Amino acid sequence: MNVRGELKKSFQISAWFMFLTFPILVIRVNTVENVIEWRWYNMAIVGVSTFLGSALWRYLLSVKEKSQRINAASPGNMTSFQKAFSDKRFFYPALFILIGFVISFPFLFSMYQANIMITALIYVMLGLGLNIVVGLAGLLDLGYVAFYAVGAYSYGLLNFHFGLGFWTTLPIAAILAALAGILLGYPVLRLRGDYLAIVTLGFGEIIRLVLENWGEFSHGPSGIANIPRPSLLGIDMTLTQNTIFTYFVMIGLVLFTIFVVNRLQNSRIGRAWIALREDEIACQAMGIDRTRTKLTAFALGATWAGMGGVVFAAKTTFINPASFTIWESVIILCIVVLGGMGSILGVISGALVLTLLPEYLRAFSEYRMLIFGIMLVSMMVFRPEGIIRNVRRTYTFSKE
Amino acid sequence: MEPVLEVNSLTMDFGGLRAIDQLNLRVMPSEIVALIGPNGAGKTTFFNCITGIYTPSAGDIFLSVNGRRERLNGLKPNRVTQKGIARTFQNIRLFQNMTVLENVMIGRHCRTSSGILGAIFRDRRTRLEEEKVVSDSYKILEKIGLDRFVNELAMNLPYGAQRRLEIARALATEPFLLLLDEPAAGMNQKETQELDELIVNIRDTENISILLIEHDMKLVMRISDRIYVVDYGKKIARGNPLEIQRNPAVIKAYLGEDPDA
Ligand SMILES: Nc1ncnc2c1ncn2[C@@H]1O[C@H](COP(=O)(O)OP(=O)(O)OP(=O)(O)O)[C@@H](O)[C@H]1O
Ligand SMILES: [Mg+2]
Repeated sequence: MNVRGELKKSFQISAWFMFLTFPILVIRVNTVENVIEWRWYNMAIVGVSTFLGSALWRYLLSVKEKSQRINAASPGNMTSFQKAFSDKRFFYPALFILIGFVISFPFLFSMYQANIMITALIYVMLGLGLNIVVGLAGLLDLGYVAFYAVGAYSYGLLNFHFGLGFWTTLPIAAILAALAGILLGYPVLRLRGDYLAIVTLGFGEIIRLVLENWGEFSHGPSGIANIPRPSLLGIDMTLTQNTIFTYFVMIGLVLFTIFVVNRLQNSRIGRAWIALREDEIACQAMGIDRTRTKLTAFALGATWAGMGGVVFAAKTTFINPASFTIWESVIILCIVVLGGMGSILGVISGALVLTLLPEYLRAFSEYRMLIFGIMLVSMMVFRPEGIIRNVRRTYTFSKE
Repeated sequence: MEPVLEVNSLTMDFGGLRAIDQLNLRVMPSEIVALIGPNGAGKTTFFNCITGIYTPSAGDIFLSVNGRRERLNGLKPNRVTQKGIARTFQNIRLFQNMTVLENVMIGRHCRTSSGILGAIFRDRRTRLEEEKVVSDSYKILEKIGLDRFVNELAMNLPYGAQRRLEIARALATEPFLLLLDEPAAGMNQKETQELDELIVNIRDTENISILLIEHDMKLVMRISDRIYVVDYGKKIARGNPLEIQRNPAVIKAYLGEDPDA
C-alpha cells in the first residue's frame, strides 16, 4: 500500500475541510463590541480531526479490500461465525445458554427492560417480514409501516366496535395485512428499484394520512385508547404479569416467524423469490410467473407486519397515526440491510442491535443519534453484506 | 412432418426502426437450425419475440408439440417456457448469488407445483417433489458436466462453465425447442469443441430441436442441419451449410463487398 499517497490524500481532505468550515467555525462577529473574533483553534481542531478520521477511514478500506481478495481466492463461502455455528460441540451448549437466558430474561431484569425487549422482538418480526420482500424478492419497499398500521388498527378498531380479543384479531390482522400487501402489489408490479421505492413510500404515507384525517373511521390524530393487553384464558393479570406474558407471546410469535420464513426460503416459492431478485427477465424465461411471485412476496411479507401491529397495539394499549411514520419503515429497512439481506440470523441481530442500541445509548444523550448514524454508515461501507451474510444451502450427493 | 416452430412473416418495430422484417422460419423436430447474420441484424430480437419478452408488431408464431399446434403471440415469457421453449441469453443472465444446483432447480419450477402451504407444512407430497427436483437437477448437471460445481455460487464459475450452466438451466424446463443465443461467445477452442458435442448430444438423446444464433462460423457449419441468414431484419438466404457458404448474398453481407469484384 502506498502510505505516503494515502496520507497526502488525507491531508488534502483536511485542508479542504478547514477551508469549507472557515467561515462558520473561525470567524465570529461579536455584535456587542462590534469586533470580529478569529477562533483559529477551531481550525486546528477541524484540521487534525479530519486528517485523523480520513486516515483511519482509508486504512480500514484498504484492510477490507485486502481481506476481500483473500476471501475470493478461498473456496467455500462460510464465515468463521457460521462455521462455529455448524460445529455441534459449540452449537448445543450455546443454544442451551441462549434458551435459558431468553426464558429467565423478564424475571432477571426490570419491567423497563422487558418492555424494551418486547419492542425489540416486534422489530425482529417486522424485520423478518420485510426480509421476504426486500431481502429475498429484492423489491425495495419503503412503505412497510403501512402494514404494521393495518395490523395495529385492525386490533384497535375490531376491539373498539366488536369487542374482539387479542387472539381472535391476530389471524384476522394477518389476513388483512396480507390483503393490503396484495393491494399495494398490484399497481407496482411493473416497477423496479427506485421507482418502486418511491411508490411504496407514497403508499405508506397515504395510509398514515388516511388514518390521520378520516376521523369517523380511525378517530383521527387522537387515536384509539384503552386497547386491552394480551389475555390468557380470561385470567386477571397485574401489569407486571401481563408484561411478562406479552414477552413470552412475542417470543412465541418470533419463533413461529423464524420457522415459517426458514421453510419458505428453502422452498420452491422461496427460490422463485430469490431468482426474481437476481434477474427478473431470466426468472420469467425460466417459467416463473412474475405477477404471482411478486404478489406472494408482498402478501407474505405484510402478514408479519400485521401481527406485529396487533402486539404493538396490545402492548402500548394506545395507538395513533404518529406511531406509523416513514421513519419506522426506514428503521425496519435498516434492520434488514444492516443485519444481512436474506439471512434470518442476520435480520435478528440487526433488529436487536438497531432497537437496543439507541435505548442503551441514551446515556450519551445528544450524541446518541450521531453515534447511531456513524455506525450505520461505517457498516455499509465496511461490511455491505450485513452483520451475518446469507449463506446458500448446500447439498451432498453420493455418486452411484 | 409438422415443424416444431413455425414463424410466419414476423415483424418487429422499435419506433421507426424495423428490427425484424417479414421473417419466415421453420424448425423441424430434432433439427439443429442456425440463425446467423452481422451485428445488429435482429437475431436476438427474434428470440425475444418468440419467447414473449417482446410482443411482435406483426406475424404469427406457432409451436407444435405432440400433434397440437398453438399460437404463441402475446403469451407471457413464463407461459412460453411452460409450452416448451427454453432459451439462453447472449449476455449471461444467471442467478449469480444462487448455487449452481439452485440455478437448475429454478428451471424445474414450471414443471412442479407445490405452493405456500406445502412449503410451510412440508407434507409428504412436497417433500417427495423437492427430493425429485434436487435429484433431477443433479442429473442434468452431470449430463452437462457441471456436477463438480453443484454448491458453488454461479458467479464464481469460470466463464465457459457459466455458459454451460445457462444451457443446463434451460434444459431443466423440459423444452421441445431450445434457443441458444451465441452459446460459444467468449469460449476458447477447446471449450467450443466441447460445446459442439454437447449441443449435438442434446439433440440426439433428448429429441430437442435447437435453434441457435452464433458468430463462430466453424461451429455453425459443423453442427447445423440448416442455416438462415438475416441482415437488417430481412432473411437473405436459407439452406444447408454448403449452400450458405457459396451463397453470394451471404458473402456480400459478411464481407461488405461483391465476391466477384
Ligand atoms: N429494446 C429495443 N429498443 C430499441 N431498439 C432495439 C431494442 N432491441 C434491439 N434493438 C435494435 O434492434 C436491432 C437488432 O438488435 P439485435 O440485438 O436483435 O441484434 P443481433 O442480431 O442480436 O446482434 P448481435 O449479433 O450484436 O447480438 C439493433 O439495431 C438494436 O439496436
Ligand atoms: Mg444478439
